[in-house]
Amino acid sequence: MNSNHISGAEIVIRCLHEEKVKFVFGYPGGAVLNIYDAVFKQNKFKHVLVRHEQAAVHAADAYSRSTGKVGVALVTSGPGATNAVTGIATAYMDSIPMVIISGQVPTYAIGQDAFQECDTVGITRPCVKHNFLVKDVKDIASTIKKAFYVASSGRPGPVLVDIPKDITAEKYEFSYPKSVHLRSYNPIIKGHSGQIKKALSLLLSAKKPMIYSGGGVVLGDASSQLTKFVRTIGAPITSTLMGLGGFPASDKQFLGMLGMHGTYEANMAMQECDVLLAVGARFDDRVIGNPEHFLSKPKTIIHIDIDPSSISKRVKIDIPIVGHVVSVLTELNDLLSKEKTKQNISLKHWLKEIDQWRSTNCLSFKNDKKLIKPQFVVQTLHQVTKGDAFITSDVGQHQMWAAQYYPFDKPRRWINSGGLGTMGVGLPYAMGTQLAHPDAMVACVTGEASIQMCIQELSTCKQFHLPIKIINLNNRYMGMVRQWQEFFYGNRYAESYMEALPDFVKLAEAYGHVGMKIENPSDIEPALKEAFSKKLKERLVFMDFITDQKENVFPMIPNGKGLSEMITAEDL
Amino acid sequence: MRHIISLLMENESGALSRVSGLFSARGYNIESLTVAPTEDATLSRMTIVTSGTDEIIEQIIKQLNKLIDVVKVLDLNDGKFIERELMIVKVKANAQYRDEMKRMCDIFRGRIIDVSDSSFTIELTGSSSKLDAYIESIDKAAILETVRTGASGIGRGDRILKV
Repeated sequence: MNSNHISGAEIVIRCLHEEKVKFVFGYPGGAVLNIYDAVFKQNKFKHVLVRHEQAAVHAADAYSRSTGKVGVALVTSGPGATNAVTGIATAYMDSIPMVIISGQVPTYAIGQDAFQECDTVGITRPCVKHNFLVKDVKDIASTIKKAFYVASSGRPGPVLVDIPKDITAEKYEFSYPKSVHLRSYNPIIKGHSGQIKKALSLLLSAKKPMIYSGGGVVLGDASSQLTKFVRTIGAPITSTLMGLGGFPASDKQFLGMLGMHGTYEANMAMQECDVLLAVGARFDDRVIGNPEHFLSKPKTIIHIDIDPSSISKRVKIDIPIVGHVVSVLTELNDLLSKEKTKQNISLKHWLKEIDQWRSTNCLSFKNDKKLIKPQFVVQTLHQVTKGDAFITSDVGQHQMWAAQYYPFDKPRRWINSGGLGTMGVGLPYAMGTQLAHPDAMVACVTGEASIQMCIQELSTCKQFHLPIKIINLNNRYMGMVRQWQEFFYGNRYAESYMEALPDFVKLAEAYGHVGMKIENPSDIEPALKEAFSKKLKERLVFMDFITDQKENVFPMIPNGKGLSEMITAEDL
Repeated sequence: MRHIISLLMENESGALSRVSGLFSARGYNIESLTVAPTEDATLSRMTIVTSGTDEIIEQIIKQLNKLIDVVKVLDLNDGKFIERELMIVKVKANAQYRDEMKRMCDIFRGRIIDVSDSSFTIELTGSSSKLDAYIESIDKAAILETVRTGASGIGRGDRILKV
């Protein structure tokens, strides 16, 4: 044996060093013991021990969402891998670049129904961008290189590398490839120039132009190019849930979020426009509702996306532009700077029409002296944090209220599960975000149902001193389920009431954190100020806000309806 | 409409399941699917017969291209192509059927590749619809067993699917 030879486990670690990985989120187990032994012997990255593998993947996912870098998780075979699946599927639906390394039983035991064996590559196949089973120690380095490349290029996504235990024990020389080429994988970066020119001339001659931006703008780090372009052409812009922060929410041109719980003005403008530019968005069911209704008002649609399969998937596109958002928007900006007049047609009438929709003030709500309104908690959170916090959320009413009442001016500040809609992500998302940004304010806006799905992570937060502020909007219901049952199931609240809730204050204290219970509207601001004060700067604060049980999220487009068929608070 | 899609993919374990999994996950039809390594052992060539509207076929092609292991995809229906499928059929060949089975085999330009006192085993190639036509033409009661490979296809003339 050559003296340069190191174990497969050490090769795995060296690969992660070469990729400049700062954090690995994981949980040890039999099949990854060799790798963990190599983790023990290094100090270039920090290993974050979670309390459940699902949280490892969510935290790595949030690390990626909040930084743009590839998130890394390490789990064992069998249940370690199956626990990771929810996290992987969540990242896949939102196109988050991640590498998940899973241990596998030794190669000679594969297929024998060995202890903690499962077909990890088979189970994860439908929810990864790609996956690999490494069968030879010689292939570890090149496979991990490929995994990072595939995860972070093109339309990003999670990539899983499954490594049998005997492979991590065998020895081989370490050599990390500088670059990687896959003949079967060549993502398109540059958009078609002819199409880009056509798109610009259409936009400049539109009477009612509209921009619709999505998660692709955030993932592609294109918000400065988008902002420049939109400000120059002066058209109104809306954003999907995933795109929030891609264009500054405080800008007058921004109409708020669109979709099922979008603003009246955003949904109406989306429906009534004559030329629509979609940037890194995918016309999904929660965004445009019924596609036939959406197209019943004729419009020319331009779609910029890095993934050709996103184009004309739900809605027929007139001008498709396949390419990286930064590249395409830069080209659009260059063309625009050469134009003599920025607008061929005055947008005065269009903007006036939009102002009329805006004047409905669709997000207004009646505050109450006795009952805490969840919207008001989020508004106060925005004010206390001066709009500069990283906000993670779980899934449900609180998620929509966070999206509606916490305007984001910067990208990568809003961390939530849009595509898969995974309850339980909020706390692990806050962990990944806080580790990536140790000095930043990180708040997890959640509900008493969601938070209990990964509550065990309060322990991880203690171990790693994560001063997350948990904003628990506690209405004693699975709020969004209750809302649908109220609207569409004759107030039959089947299994949506949260009985036997824990005392969250005591629970937080049991984990070594600070707990607060807030029951009066007048206590909201002082409590939030205290939680974000210097005194509690180093502490996790669990804030249990006892909110109005009957509050609903408005506006709302009922399932299967069109953008202009919203229900507003006043309709009921 | 029926489409024949040809694709080249890395000849790696699990590659077939990525394609078949894509079709089941997205609810696309598979009429038949055949796969075998090409003259370049690192590549497999697959022929998928599917059906759907133009929009669905467009999505199928895009989704196939999106698979990391897929090197090239060609919708044979975009141009002229040749389609062949192999069927081996075992039919009754007792006194009642013997002459008729020989005659039908000749008409469809098949070959009898095995003979017993009571049966013929016939090899037939052609487009899938020709094989269907053969089955339609003979007495159902005479059929003992059939096996079909599913269609393979290749572009005519200069249409070449190669890396």
